[in-house]
Amino acid sequence: MKKLWRYLPALPALMLSGCTVDLLQPRGPVAEMNRDVMVAEFVIMMLVVVPTCVATLYFAWKYRASNKEAEYLPTWDHSTAIEYVIWGVPAILIAFLGAISWWSTHAYDPYRPLQTDDNVKPLNVQVVSLDWKWLFIYPDLGIATINQLDVPTNTPLDFQITSDSVMTSFFIPRLGSMIYAMPGQQTQLHLIASAPGDYLGEASQFSGRGFSDMKFRTLAMDPAQFNDWVEKVKSGSENLDDTTYPKYAAPQEAAPVQYFAHVQPDLFDGIVAKYNNGMVVDKTTGKVMHMQSVLNAAPSDTGMKE
Amino acid sequence: MLGKLSFSAIPLDVPILVGTFLGVAVIGLAVLGAVTYYGKWGYLWREWLTTVDHKRLAVMYVILAIVMLFRGFADAIMMRTQLALAYNGNPGYLPPHHYDQVFSAHGTIMIFFMAMAFMTGLMNLVVPLQIGARDVAFPFLNSLSFYMTLVGALLINISLFIGEFAQCGWLVYPPLSEMQFSPGVGVDYYIWAVQISGVGTLLTGVNFFTTIVKMRAPGMGWMQMPVFTWTAFCTTVLIMVSFPVLTVTLALLSLDRYLGMHFFTNDAGGNVMLYLSMIWTWGHPEVYILVIPAFGVFSEVTATFSQKPLFGYKTMVYATCSIMVLSFVVWVHHFFTMGAGANVNTFFGIMTMIIAVPTGVKIFNWLFTMYKGRVEFTAPMYWTLGFMITFSIGGMTGVMMAMPAADWILHNSLFLIAHFHNVIIGGVYFGYIAGMGFWFPKAFGFKLNEAWGKRAFWCWFVGFYLAFVPLYILGLEGMTRRMNHYDNPDWYPWMLVAEAGAIVIACGIVCQLTQLYVSIRDRNLPENLDLTGDPWNGRTLEWSISSPPPAYNFAVIPDIHGLDTFHTEKQLGLKAHGKPLAPIHMPKNTSAGVFIGLFSFILGFASIWYIWWLAAIGLIGIVATMILRSANRDVDYYVPVSEIEHNEEVYSRRIAAAQAAE
Repeated sequence: MKKLWRYLPALPALMLSGCTVDLLQPRGPVAEMNRDVMVAEFVIMMLVVVPTCVATLYFAWKYRASNKEAEYLPTWDHSTAIEYVIWGVPAILIAFLGAISWWSTHAYDPYRPLQTDDNVKPLNVQVVSLDWKWLFIYPDLGIATINQLDVPTNTPLDFQITSDSVMTSFFIPRLGSMIYAMPGQQTQLHLIASAPGDYLGEASQFSGRGFSDMKFRTLAMDPAQFNDWVEKVKSGSENLDDTTYPKYAAPQEAAPVQYFAHVQPDLFDGIVAKYNNGMVVDKTTGKVMHMQSVLNAAPSDTGMKE
Repeated sequence: MLGKLSFSAIPLDVPILVGTFLGVAVIGLAVLGAVTYYGKWGYLWREWLTTVDHKRLAVMYVILAIVMLFRGFADAIMMRTQLALAYNGNPGYLPPHHYDQVFSAHGTIMIFFMAMAFMTGLMNLVVPLQIGARDVAFPFLNSLSFYMTLVGALLINISLFIGEFAQCGWLVYPPLSEMQFSPGVGVDYYIWAVQISGVGTLLTGVNFFTTIVKMRAPGMGWMQMPVFTWTAFCTTVLIMVSFPVLTVTLALLSLDRYLGMHFFTNDAGGNVMLYLSMIWTWGHPEVYILVIPAFGVFSEVTATFSQKPLFGYKTMVYATCSIMVLSFVVWVHHFFTMGAGANVNTFFGIMTMIIAVPTGVKIFNWLFTMYKGRVEFTAPMYWTLGFMITFSIGGMTGVMMAMPAADWILHNSLFLIAHFHNVIIGGVYFGYIAGMGFWFPKAFGFKLNEAWGKRAFWCWFVGFYLAFVPLYILGLEGMTRRMNHYDNPDWYPWMLVAEAGAIVIACGIVCQLTQLYVSIRDRNLPENLDLTGDPWNGRTLEWSISSPPPAYNFAVIPDIHGLDTFHTEKQLGLKAHGKPLAPIHMPKNTSAGVFIGLFSFILGFASIWYIWWLAAIGLIGIVATMILRSANRDVDYYVPVSEIEHNEEVYSRRIAAAQAAE
């Protein structure tokens, strides 16, 4: 029996062994930062929360009405010294946490491009949230997939995100930060996968009927393998362009994985532009340009005409 | 003729709903039958439905809140059961169409019709009594506010049996809530229910603000006001500033839906994030509207049952006011993941963290109120201690998510769900129940049963941790909110634990019902009767009058000489009132609130179903009733001195009887 007690501290770990606690087991520098910030905050706050909870129980017990031994000050209601402490300690704590907040929010702003030590060229991925599936376009490679995101490890991933339906949120827990996908707008997210693996990707903003199955596998693999995979996709026959896109973009629940060997280069811009009277901001130049695509011409029921 | 309404709108194909309908119908008919059998319709109409007495409205608000708690909790346990089943290919028993309505209704009902109604009820009962007033500033508006809230609650519950409710969450984010994606009547039910009850809430805010500013007893300066009244005051300010924002936001959404405008649509210049920003400009103050009065309850309960004045009264007031102000500059923390710049995120993140300082101060103040006191472990004190521990944890997880870098992974996860239930159950609900136990004898003249109250507490306390600690863990395991089914084996065991927690909470609710039953059954036992009007050796004015108080509350308006005047005078053995009696000017009961409520219901229901002729009748009815009411000059009366003298004599005899019994 005595021996068992020694293992007690390991109990929580035991209960979680075999489980993946995604947010505590990061697989990329962004997710590591997210976790470290979260854990640091938790530990710092515990320094106050635990004594407070203990004091609550201790005071309540010690000064219980039946304990006539305890001192009773029926009119005592003020102490300047105590007031300094109860305003001061939380204030110092929050100042400290505020500093962490300032640093981490700036240093890991999702819009800030990431770099690896060996300056690997980033991989551009355009993400389109659809009802109820994810479309990933690799503009530099000319391929696309639905509901499966293959990425090389230790390579900066530059995501450009939009939606062609309702607002959702693009999230791969083990790689870190999420960001909203919004129709007519482009958001950005920068992540790195530091180890090969098969990670859950999900929509974290409710989007209607098929929401629960709106998830994808994120397959991180070393760059050589990734190149093989790209070749494999390229050898396929499916095309994604203005004419085939509406078919794939139609609402669908629990959509299967699909590969596209060829993608029309300006498809993503066209999807953004169709909600903006044909206008889209070019990512590289920052200029507003006008799109002439089939998507744009297809009238969204109430869209204004130029 | 009937707009979109047809027989097919009645969901006869959903057995759960048919069963619920039969249950509601049987209970409803039983209640109506009982009222008829005992010939109580006249009594009910004259004494309750048309009343403008703040104490009776308070009782009706709390009854509404308790009924809505059942509805909201039924939704909760349905969701937990669905997720305990719907694992690994099992679709569970709630298809998405039904499940999405359940989680949307759960949030809407719990916030707008359980918590808001409960909070308004407590404010109604206590505020006029604490400041030595005979009623609120606008007694008729008070009745109207209640009927607006009731109509909202009725509309949202009728959506169960006629048509459908919204399927896009409790804040109906567009574009999902726009016509393009939600063509049904669900979102319209949401809009009209929340808009109508929102008008009621806004009127309550104006009413109580005016009451507190203008109607305090002579000598009661701001810094002599009881803490609960201070918190009620801060809440009314928040209501007046934030509810108009909600009304406008939902009005814009209605324009999109009804007239094809483009405020929040995907196309033609609509902007979704504008809606998020506006709804949270209301939504964040809203959580403080709920929790600040709960802080007031804890202050009163802790001071009374520690048999000491509240530690740091001024600090408490400053802390409450700073929370009130800060609650308006934090709303962006609800969407740190929008892609705003780092400076924006940092600003709102740090502002949010700063709220933790005054909140922490409050916790310490309660702690030092107990210090060197004589703590009596009554049921309200149990809820208070449970709150202090639970809320500290909930506050901590809140600060964790206030850090944008952490929120980027916790946003919309079950960790978030666990956090806000942690503060809303542990803070708001525990507070209201403590308040109900504390002030129940004031409203009814007898105490609530202690043993069942404590059993209820333990069930809620243990049930809360069982139900929500797993949700924290699931959030860390990457599970997002509002899922209908899943296939991750790591999540499944925690979902079972959470289900067990929900069942333990259900036991807590059963204990609370039993508590009410036992208390009413044993109300005439000497140990339960509150003959003196001061069962807890209270500190504030509400305990200086009989329980229940006469309609006019105070035979003579007391003079105030400082904080806790009543307690000081009690200690010194002074008689509270020696002034001569005079006739008391009081408002007459009115049925105008009932009729405006009825016509608002017609307007709302007809607009939901596009039955425009009926909507016109509703609107005309509202305006006509208002005109009739305005033209009515016979709205007040005087209570004669003889009646006051009689009441005072009865009260004196009861006090003498209580003293003789001791």
